[in-house]
Amino acid sequence: MNPNKKRLRRTMMFLNAQKPGLIKDPYIYKPDSIMLDLEDAVAENQKDAARFSLYHALQEIDYRGCERVVRINGLDTPYWKEDIRCAVAGGCDAIRIPKTERPEDIKAVEAEIQIAEEDFGIPQGRTLIMAAIESARGVVKALDVCEASDRLFGIALSGGDYTKDLQTYITGTGVELMGARQNLIIAARAAKIQCFDTVYTDLNDMEGFRRDVETIHLMGFDGKSIINPRQIPIVHDIFTPAQKNIIFAEKVVMEIEDKREKGIGVFIVDGKMIDIAFYDGAKRTIELAKASGVYKGGL
Amino acid sequence: MINAVGRDIPEEILKITGKEPFMGIHHFDGSVYKKDGPYTKCVINSEGSKMVDSIRDCLVKCGIRDGMTLGFHHHFREGDYVVNMVMEEIHNMGIKDITICASSLGKAHDKLVEYIEDGTITGIQSSGVRGKIGRAISEGKLKGLAIMRSHGGRVRAIETGEVRIDIAFIGAPTCDDYGNCRGIGGKSDCGVLSYSMVDADYADKVVAITDCLVPFPNFPAHISMTKVDYVVVVDEIGNPEKIATGAAKPTTDMRKLMMADYCTEFVVNTPYFKDGFSYQTGVGGASIASTISLAKIMKERNVRMRFGVGGLTKPMCDLLENGQVDALLDTQDFDLDAVESVINPKHFRISAGEYADPFNKGAVVNKLDFVILAALEVDVNFNCNVVVGSDGMITGAQGGHPDTAAGAKCTIVITPLLQGRIPAVCTDVTTVTTPGESIDVVITDYGIAINPNRQDLIQCMKDVDLPFKTIEELRDIAYSITGKPEKVQFDDKVVGIIESRDGTVMDVVRKIKEFQFTGE
Repeated sequence: MNPNKKRLRRTMMFLNAQKPGLIKDPYIYKPDSIMLDLEDAVAENQKDAARFSLYHALQEIDYRGCERVVRINGLDTPYWKEDIRCAVAGGCDAIRIPKTERPEDIKAVEAEIQIAEEDFGIPQGRTLIMAAIESARGVVKALDVCEASDRLFGIALSGGDYTKDLQTYITGTGVELMGARQNLIIAARAAKIQCFDTVYTDLNDMEGFRRDVETIHLMGFDGKSIINPRQIPIVHDIFTPAQKNIIFAEKVVMEIEDKREKGIGVFIVDGKMIDIAFYDGAKRTIELAKASGVYKGGL
Repeated sequence: MINAVGRDIPEEILKITGKEPFMGIHHFDGSVYKKDGPYTKCVINSEGSKMVDSIRDCLVKCGIRDGMTLGFHHHFREGDYVVNMVMEEIHNMGIKDITICASSLGKAHDKLVEYIEDGTITGIQSSGVRGKIGRAISEGKLKGLAIMRSHGGRVRAIETGEVRIDIAFIGAPTCDDYGNCRGIGGKSDCGVLSYSMVDADYADKVVAITDCLVPFPNFPAHISMTKVDYVVVVDEIGNPEKIATGAAKPTTDMRKLMMADYCTEFVVNTPYFKDGFSYQTGVGGASIASTISLAKIMKERNVRMRFGVGGLTKPMCDLLENGQVDALLDTQDFDLDAVESVINPKHFRISAGEYADPFNKGAVVNKLDFVILAALEVDVNFNCNVVVGSDGMITGAQGGHPDTAAGAKCTIVITPLLQGRIPAVCTDVTTVTTPGESIDVVITDYGIAINPNRQDLIQCMKDVDLPFKTIEELRDIAYSITGKPEKVQFDDKVVGIIESRDGTVMDVVRKIKEFQFTGE
């Protein structure tokens, strides 16, 4: 498995791939991932210019560990194959597929990625995939989509198009997104991949944004799509584990590793029964704590 | 001759100007001199009016002639009409060889380029110049040397007699017929008249130009009748929309907010951040944002500011309104909120001399704990450039930069690491305007560098969670992104000098040359 598949992705910041001022150094805001957009942000007659800018950014800019995802144009457009070739040749970390509804969409993109990786000498399997779910059909088919490829690291809800399809609109309360959010997180977890929430577009309502992030954090999402760097510290703050949880996770990881060597499967930590099933969760807490700069331990 | 910031000052320039090379910010501390004084006309009659019909008549009465030096202030900023209307008359009268000694000049004065080209103006002394005048000087069009001096340095130059102002023109938002001027109460309010106070004290002739004549006495006067020779009424002294605009909306630019947060975090972790501290900041987005975030922490920690200095904007005046600062000391107002705050009894008008003159018996800047500044470039020796663009063109002003930097206990420069595609942290600044010995901290979006001379600050930041780097590391990051910039190519001709606040030569500005590729 590509080791990056399960990396930390609390924040994925949308950036128009055509805007040099935006894509030159977004890493200073410390998003976990950036999403260089060739789709909606780029005008129809600027697609080639955006690809040019994208390729050179991927080649020339040191994004300092920030994951570089490229959103390609929809599979119903004439652009997506060239988008993939350009992104893979540039060395992107992942391709984001918009408007995904069927496992075949993933398979089609995977096939193109494979060809591009071969053509440009990129190690096979290096380029990951994520799928944006933007329709009622996509939500219903989520599990099939999630299980379509080994390259798929996660799915993301795209609220704007989804609510249009649902014949409602973004209310700011989250009520219109409830079903989709639940469905997607359940499907993603069933397929053991990650799940990301949609953007919050009202930049004047940072309190509303905070409430929104608190909700999706409690629902189990791995992170949120971001449209402005001001949103990043809020997400990271909410995803920062509490000290008591970090200490507990540290004990769990150390005890599991210790007991595994001794051949013990089930044991007690701080009065709670612990087994191997707790390992990934505890590791994730430590990873989150490290990324949030609050972990001082030695793991 | 190499000066104390390592700049080679041509002997010829030292000879022409009679100046010495810069020798360090405290070189003249404790030295003694005798102040210059103006000619003063005794007005003993009871005619009771100093009104003159027109600027032209005024110029005639003042004995305008070739070679004179004229004083102007820049409180009307980019809305100023006064300089242009006076110079237009002088030009129409066929007068030549005028030196303008202004507290600053901007794009509002682009028209002066015509007068530079035809020899009406042959000398410019200013805090700096923006717009077309800067280009004209950089292209070598000014016959004499341009002298860029700080606000404090200008007062020093006038008080020492190094500059003798023949006629000073004071744009006054309100004035009575006997010359009592105020910065408020009219249609073109600028709040204070601080920069013109030294002109009123030391110029041989003083002319008040107003578009709002009020009955005598226009008290309390910001400039007293005892110093004013003539009063002229014109239709408009400036464009109010460009003099003091509505308060700038606090920035939402995350880069600036991030630097502001770094700045505030740094400030509150110094030993100077305690009840009774003092503070000055500029008008840039990051500076204003840092004042706002500092105000929040002051409230949380119950820390009061004793005094704030400016260049004032709404966030500083809010501190006064909210009872978080005991007093504001004001030399200039940048927005309408600051202008309106002038009537607050704890909002004190001070002169540029009180503010920043290094050659008096102690200026406010010497009492500053913190000053937050910006810069076009900072080099690895912490020298700052705020006047000459990285393209070699004169494009900015010293303002109070070197004055406050020299005075404050903790001088912080905030700048994004890259200004567009140009590294703001570099090996050598294009031109030194503020010496590195007075800069303590450089805050960028990529990290923070503390001047190694300030081991005390380095020590107290040891456990502070901020992205500290050396200044060389910041430069290297900048160069890794942009590549190492080639040096700007200049002609040999010196077109201007950057005067240190003490009157010595900090650096020279040379004529710009068209770039020629030297590599393969």
